[in-house]
Amino acid sequence: MKKLLTSLLFAPLMALASGEVLHLDKAPVSTEPAALQNGAKLFVNYCLNCHGASYMRYNRLQEIGLSEQLIKDNLMFTADKIGEPMRIAMQRDEAKVWFGAAPPDLTVIARSRASEFGSGADWLYTYLRSFYRDPERPTGWNNVIFENVGMPHVLYELQGDMVAKVEEKDDGHGGKTKSITLEQGKPGKMSKEEYDKATADLVSYLVWMGEPVAETRKSIGKVVIAFLGVLFVLSYLLKKNYWRDIH
Amino acid sequence: MTTKSQAVLDWIDERFPLTSTIKGHLTEYYAPKNFNFWYFFGSLALLVLVIQIVTGIFLVMHYKPDASLNAAGVPVAFASVEYIMRDVPGGWLIRYMHSTGASAFFIVVYLHMFRGLIYGSYRKPRELIWIFGTLIFLALMAEAFMGYLLPWGQMSFWGAQVIVNLFSAIPVIGPDLSVVIRGDFVVSDATLNRFFSFHVIAVPLILIGLVAAHIVALHEVGSNNPDGVEIKKKKGADGHPLDGIPFHPYYTVKDIVGVVGFLIVFSLIVFFAPEGGGYFLEFNNFIPADPLKTPPHIAPVWYFTPFYSILRAVTYPLFGIDAKFWGVVAMGAAVVIIAFLPWLDRSPVKSIRYKGGLYKAILAVFIVSFFILGYLGVLPPTPGRTIVSQICSVIYFGFFLLMPWYSKIDKCKPVPDRVTG
Repeated sequence: MKKLLTSLLFAPLMALASGEVLHLDKAPVSTEPAALQNGAKLFVNYCLNCHGASYMRYNRLQEIGLSEQLIKDNLMFTADKIGEPMRIAMQRDEAKVWFGAAPPDLTVIARSRASEFGSGADWLYTYLRSFYRDPERPTGWNNVIFENVGMPHVLYELQGDMVAKVEEKDDGHGGKTKSITLEQGKPGKMSKEEYDKATADLVSYLVWMGEPVAETRKSIGKVVIAFLGVLFVLSYLLKKNYWRDIH
Repeated sequence: MTTKSQAVLDWIDERFPLTSTIKGHLTEYYAPKNFNFWYFFGSLALLVLVIQIVTGIFLVMHYKPDASLNAAGVPVAFASVEYIMRDVPGGWLIRYMHSTGASAFFIVVYLHMFRGLIYGSYRKPRELIWIFGTLIFLALMAEAFMGYLLPWGQMSFWGAQVIVNLFSAIPVIGPDLSVVIRGDFVVSDATLNRFFSFHVIAVPLILIGLVAAHIVALHEVGSNNPDGVEIKKKKGADGHPLDGIPFHPYYTVKDIVGVVGFLIVFSLIVFFAPEGGGYFLEFNNFIPADPLKTPPHIAPVWYFTPFYSILRAVTYPLFGIDAKFWGVVAMGAAVVIIAFLPWLDRSPVKSIRYKGGLYKAILAVFIVSFFILGYLGVLPPTPGRTIVSQICSVIYFGFFLLMPWYSKIDKCKPVPDRVTG
């Protein structure tokens, strides 16, 4: 398998003082119900064991085209009533002991991960495809864009093993540039293309969950702007009529 | 008017100055007829104030100023904002209007202040209007700063931490003062609750009072205009200024155009880019406040950044007192000095239209350095950036402190008797 795209460049020491540079892959975010539903399935099965989504209610999944019965039968493992939020059973203080930090709530993770290097979706899409084997870490995993992350590669069975190749180059300014490239080790259930598609769906779901109202907001916005546009013309004509005698 | 409604009006007028107030402030308040684009921003500032108050009232119905953690380990205050965004019908709209309104308020007020600056609206006899205006700006900064803590995100928390810590740099009383402001030794639930109290009650009351004083003072002396000539000096046979027109209906219908134009821009942000590219809603603020995790870079919201840059530009300790204290002094002075403009400007003319090239050049340099200060304030400091912000800070203060000199020697053009339209 080809080298993966992701690499982290450690800038020279001088630039390190002003912050590192993250190279993120552009996430192909979708708003299609099929992609969001697949994302929701992945989210509930792989994420919603350690991470909660405590502001997100199960019944809201109806907005991506799932029926109440489908949600109850296939996605609700941690709640009894469909109006309940996506909580988890794991205790935060125990999680802290196990992982070094309690896994963050993921409801608005896509919004919080945005930065000058890319959208929150870009970060998540890159992050989920940047895990590699690292025997020095307690979980056995490390991540290219989130060094020494506490989270293991939970999508391992899908992606398979990734092996890091670290290269150190002279940057010409007396410093060293470290770049990590990933290569496929033992294959997982999915091909690279399938895995990219699955993470894209998962990220699309996380983006949707970050602000479920986003599409409604934009469609209401168009009506509001159209109304105000008409009102602007009318108010301008009214003003012109009143002012016709003022010179 | 029918006799019956006239009778009702008479009944009221005998007990309350209704008709005379409407006349004095609207139908017989004569405003210069040559207001241009820049004159929209006063009424727009009032509009944004109303938007903020009305949306604020609805937000308070569901917002909870509580820093304790809920069952999912999220601070209640942070969770209540997400509750508003998700579970309260229309809550997302109200919240986005309020968060966008905060930035809009500063955009509108900065443009309003710039208008006053270029047309000399602060000059005699409008000094008090200008002073009230500066106080409004100060109150607005306090209002915005305390409001920003309420969502209890990482930037809320650490921004407040940084700013309140500045007060501890004041000699002798500093450490105690910062404890009084926080109500605790660190930013905590006590801080959140007192900022909430100030944000929803104390400061809005002060703001509304100051706005009323600002407008009453304006209507006492009358509005300035882009030519900077006093329209009251040339009155017609009817006793009204020749270049004046009644505020209502002429400027009410004109301001409606401004209001709709503003609402178009405002709605574009609210409905299509409510995060404002991370400037109106900072990305880090979608992470709940964590007192144990300092973000690598703490940037104030954009509207504070020019003044924050001035604060950071001061890097020399003086008289054995920490540089941080002098930074606070410089930042405070940068705002307060605006109030002294009426006495710093010695130019024979008010408006930029009749000022000379010297003033225009200095103003241009001032505006550019103000923008640079604003830009640098969002970035983490480096030695190079600090030098640039020091130069720009000197220019900022130079613009004000040297004004008595350069405004006097500037070659001005003759001012016409009447407005030029």
